[in-house]
Amino acid sequence: MSIEIKTTSIEPLRHTFTNVAARLGKDKPASRYQEATFDLQPTVNFHYRPTWDKDHELYDQGRTAIKMEDWYSFRDPRQLYYGAWTMARAKQQEVAERNFAFVERRNLLDSAKPEGRQLVADVIVPLRHLEYAANLNNCYITGYGYGTAITQATSFNAIDRLGIAQYLTRLGLLLDGNSAEVLDAGKQAWLEADYLQPLRELTEQLLVTKDWFELYVAQNIVLDGLLYPLIYEKVDAALIPHAGSTFSMLMEFQNEWYGENVRWVDATLKTAAGESDENREQLAQWISDWTARCRTALIPLADKALGNGKGEAVIDELINDLQARLEKKAGLALAA
Amino acid sequence: MTANKMNMREKYQRMTRDLAWKPTYQKEDDVYPQAKYEGIIIHDWDKWEDPFRLTVDAYWKYQAEKERKLYAIIEAFAQNNAQLNVTDARYINALKLFLTGVTPLEYAAHRGFAMAGRNFPGAGAQVSSQFQSIDELRHAQTQIHTISHYNKYFNGFHDFNHMHQRVWYLSVPKSFFEDAMSAGPFEFVTAVSFSFEYVLTNLLFMPFMSGAAFNDDMATVTFGFSAQSDESRHMTLGLEIIKFMLEQDERNVPIVQKWIDKWFWRGYRLLALVSMMMDYMLPKRVMSWQEAWEMYFEQNGGALFDDLARYGIRMPKYWEVSVKEKSRLSHEVWSIFYNYGHAAAIHTWLPKASEMDWLSEKYPETFDKYYRPRFDHWAEHKEKNGRWYNNTLPMLCQCCQIPMGFTEPDDPTTICYRESEYNGVKYHFCSDGCKDIFDDEPEKYVQAWLPVHQIYQGNCGGASVPEVLEWYHLKHGQDNLDYDDSQDKANWNKWKGLTEEAAQVMKKAANE
Repeated sequence: MSIEIKTTSIEPLRHTFTNVAARLGKDKPASRYQEATFDLQPTVNFHYRPTWDKDHELYDQGRTAIKMEDWYSFRDPRQLYYGAWTMARAKQQEVAERNFAFVERRNLLDSAKPEGRQLVADVIVPLRHLEYAANLNNCYITGYGYGTAITQATSFNAIDRLGIAQYLTRLGLLLDGNSAEVLDAGKQAWLEADYLQPLRELTEQLLVTKDWFELYVAQNIVLDGLLYPLIYEKVDAALIPHAGSTFSMLMEFQNEWYGENVRWVDATLKTAAGESDENREQLAQWISDWTARCRTALIPLADKALGNGKGEAVIDELINDLQARLEKKAGLALAA
Repeated sequence: MTANKMNMREKYQRMTRDLAWKPTYQKEDDVYPQAKYEGIIIHDWDKWEDPFRLTVDAYWKYQAEKERKLYAIIEAFAQNNAQLNVTDARYINALKLFLTGVTPLEYAAHRGFAMAGRNFPGAGAQVSSQFQSIDELRHAQTQIHTISHYNKYFNGFHDFNHMHQRVWYLSVPKSFFEDAMSAGPFEFVTAVSFSFEYVLTNLLFMPFMSGAAFNDDMATVTFGFSAQSDESRHMTLGLEIIKFMLEQDERNVPIVQKWIDKWFWRGYRLLALVSMMMDYMLPKRVMSWQEAWEMYFEQNGGALFDDLARYGIRMPKYWEVSVKEKSRLSHEVWSIFYNYGHAAAIHTWLPKASEMDWLSEKYPETFDKYYRPRFDHWAEHKEKNGRWYNNTLPMLCQCCQIPMGFTEPDDPTTICYRESEYNGVKYHFCSDGCKDIFDDEPEKYVQAWLPVHQIYQGNCGGASVPEVLEWYHLKHGQDNLDYDDSQDKANWNKWKGLTEEAAQVMKKAANE
């Protein structure tokens, strides 16, 4: 048996916008992601050349070597538009908040061994500066990239990275009871310590990389693809004997975030590589170049974190993992 | 370990500017290549004070709460076909103007603030710009989602971005924003954060949202309430940016003044479209354009500029012209749209008798003298010969791109023409304000993609009206023409059970 509420029923003239219907192949109800994404960025009839880049239009496909027939063939498997993104992150921040509160309330850091606390202070806290650069890099891609399908996702990524930099800042403040000594020492290390200089040099190189898709590959695929497993798997595991799962709890946001983010970067890479042989070769070249640079930059950090002499093997293992992932998920065969 | 209390200011500083460092492997000028070329001198970015101290986790929390509420209302609105509750289907045309003219600007602001958020060398300014960037994406997307339901039942919305990039009057907002984005980061924020958000937002965003409230459009007004706290953050940022530039170095003052002059006039001309919306398109009016201009510009704006006088900033040039025009602006613009209603994605109409009386009351000096006779004449013509449309394309102002229909500041009966010569070519302007902007940067404004020129050059699908309309993706007989002859009206009457002549009008609208 069913009961029914009588409502006014009127026939719609159409089910979605013309451009969305054209992309769906027919006029049918479209998702919020589709209506919020497709063709949102202007493509034609620009009025003035940018005074800061007279060789290009305001929105211009020529700011990267990657060529696409249709920049909306990129899809975010997470289907994130602003509302979906912010609601998802609000849930994650609630968990993070509870974790921070739990650790504080139980004074769990007091029971962490000094070696563990030092490891976090030396290796993890300074990465707030790296995350800040990742924020700027994704902001750059959002500003100069082409097509809302990619640039909206990088705009979410940019804010996410600032959020992560802030979680790392809170971690630092938690370590010294808000005296900020850990943050100051971490910044000093970021600026001067030998084990961080190759990484800072790489980071500054990213900040002057002009081709936005190359920057996407370097930052979001290669550097993240090595750094996140290094820190949030390898170093996290190394911390367990010193502090149990305390630090894992304080870094859970990053861990979960990375797992989600990877689905999107893999899909993006797959679409770009699948477009043409030229794209595929260009992407493989960038990945190879930036893998070599990241290897040099990360080995000293891995040595510092995991013990002298161990870094090289760990980074090479992570490079293998990354290459296997990119081959499997994005169809990019990369010679080791 | 017991935690010390850290004050909010220091904590926020640790969460933002302490993340940044001075590069040593790369030159600072290479990391921030746009920081200096506009001539703005900044000595100390640490003097930037963020008034909100918003961290990312707090942002997610607040914004998600607003989004949940908004989408719940949007869903309920659609489920109940609440579009049928608006005062009259003529109101929907204000929403069409909004989706085709304003929503794409929200998107442009999203991209522009992403650029600014990358290009300012100070982390405080970066973070503020980035939050605004993502807020603007929110506004673009929530507007699309709010209006999506209207698109299912009314014409004129269906290809809003395609139209935004082509249709003649939509080049007015598009060129405005592209002018700002193609400038450097400091001019961009002066244009958008200060002139647009701070000085003029009450005259752009609020009239649409108040219009929605007055005309029982629950979806749009809910969006408006939901965006209101974002907007007040953006307005505060606008003032902060101006004060920061002015306090950093006195050599910045003349540059900022020039930008304020330019962007006041650019913004004011853009608002001409809003003026007609307020006075002619809302079945239930909120206030007249003249009243709004007096309240939000003359009074509030006047107080703001009094406050800025201590930095050496004066009222924007030609503000007194805007005051002289306040009793004419909306009537002149609606007349232009009435002329070209066959090439617009909104419906146009002659005001009803009661509406004419309202206009007489609100504009005692001008309406009966100059505009009522014109409308009476058009009504008579319509009665005798059918609706009249102007088939001669208008001359456009090279700067604001509005057809040259504005009158001399001191003479409401004479069209105002100004011209300049650049590289042997003559360019035409609607006002001294627009001419000055051109004369200051002619190499920029000669590039303008002027819709009428483009039609004549054969870049818009052809030389006839039907060809151009097709190129606009504007469906003749559905998206354009007089409201009286529209499918929107016929459907409205049918859905509301209003008349028996509905079927007849439907047939006519479908050219049967």
